[in-house]
Amino acid sequence: MRTVFVTVGTTSFDDLIENITSSEAVETLKAQGYERLVLQVGRGSLLPVADSCPHIRLEAFRFKDSIAEDIKRADLVISHAGAGSCLEALNAGKPLLVVVNDKLMNNHQLELAAQLHADSHLLYCTCSTLTETLRTMDLSVLQPFLPGQPKTFAAFLDKALGVR
Amino acid sequence: MFLLSVAFAVLLICLLFIIRLYVVVKTGPKYKPGSRGPVAVVVVAGSGGHTTEILRLMECLSAAYTPRHYVIADTDRMSEEKICTFESSKQDSDSKSQFTICRIPRSREVHQSWSSTVVSTLNALRYSLPLVFRLRPDMVLCNGPGTCVPLCVAGLLLGILGMKKVLIVYVESICRVQTLSLTGKILYPISDYFFVQWSSLRDKYPKSIFLGRIV
Repeated sequence: MRTVFVTVGTTSFDDLIENITSSEAVETLKAQGYERLVLQVGRGSLLPVADSCPHIRLEAFRFKDSIAEDIKRADLVISHAGAGSCLEALNAGKPLLVVVNDKLMNNHQLELAAQLHADSHLLYCTCSTLTETLRTMDLSVLQPFLPGQPKTFAAFLDKALGVR
Repeated sequence: MFLLSVAFAVLLICLLFIIRLYVVVKTGPKYKPGSRGPVAVVVVAGSGGHTTEILRLMECLSAAYTPRHYVIADTDRMSEEKICTFESSKQDSDSKSQFTICRIPRSREVHQSWSSTVVSTLNALRYSLPLVFRLRPDMVLCNGPGTCVPLCVAGLLLGILGMKKVLIVYVESICRVQTLSLTGKILYPISDYFFVQWSSLRDKYPKSIFLGRIV
């Protein structure tokens, strides 16, 4: 079953939850072939119940010790711009759409999402353009995100410190 | 006359201190503790993402980096678990490896105000000084939690007093693309090796080392 996983991390992002469960967005997801929608809503005030969206299989929860399993089972991850969430999804090799909370200004966490978008590792939109982005998105433009190379760090340090 | 001589002495000490500071910071690249045997490391683990990132780096360091002293904030339970899991997996490949975990008060809780941060950092320094003076590491490895500032200052002081050169190795978080973190800004002038993970930061901070993404 093709699944979309939405995560807001440890924050709250009601605008995103409201928009993604709107009938317009759900219709669009259905049209794109997604049948299941899993929401991690964090500290938000909205916790949609399963039958609030009749056209899609909906599950929602606030927190889990690890969302690794949810990410693994997802075919598309929709996330807030938090660095931890972005990296977790990309390291799992999942297509990622980051929804920027334009009510949060000067958040340094946005730096990373913006750069990863510039490097074509993720798609990027705001709540008001979410449905439009879901309709027109082309996941094939995304470039694979290669893991960082701690070995180059170790090699540099060995040389610098004279370790044989 | 007496006052004048006291003032002169204080001035002289300050001058000496500054000269020593300059010498200690400048001689970092020439200092090669690895050529004389194992390198004792103080690893400053933070909390959450910081700990995960620094353990990714530790994974690739050879057994030459022994012993490893991990420093964590006293309110942090998660990191201790992560470190023990990591070290026991490392133990399998190298039976001689050894490590300790030390706790110091946290310099700054998330969302703590800046003025009270100064007070709690001074408090953390009170614990960091004896710790670093006792461990006498060859290097301090850190990646951003506020706790690393007092530890690096203590390491610097060992060098200034001529007791031991302690290399300060700082790795800026992968989250930092355009601007350094506050810890990064403080440690940039006094660190011996300062790694950034995005080229835009290397361009702004010429002393920094850019090897691509390393975590």
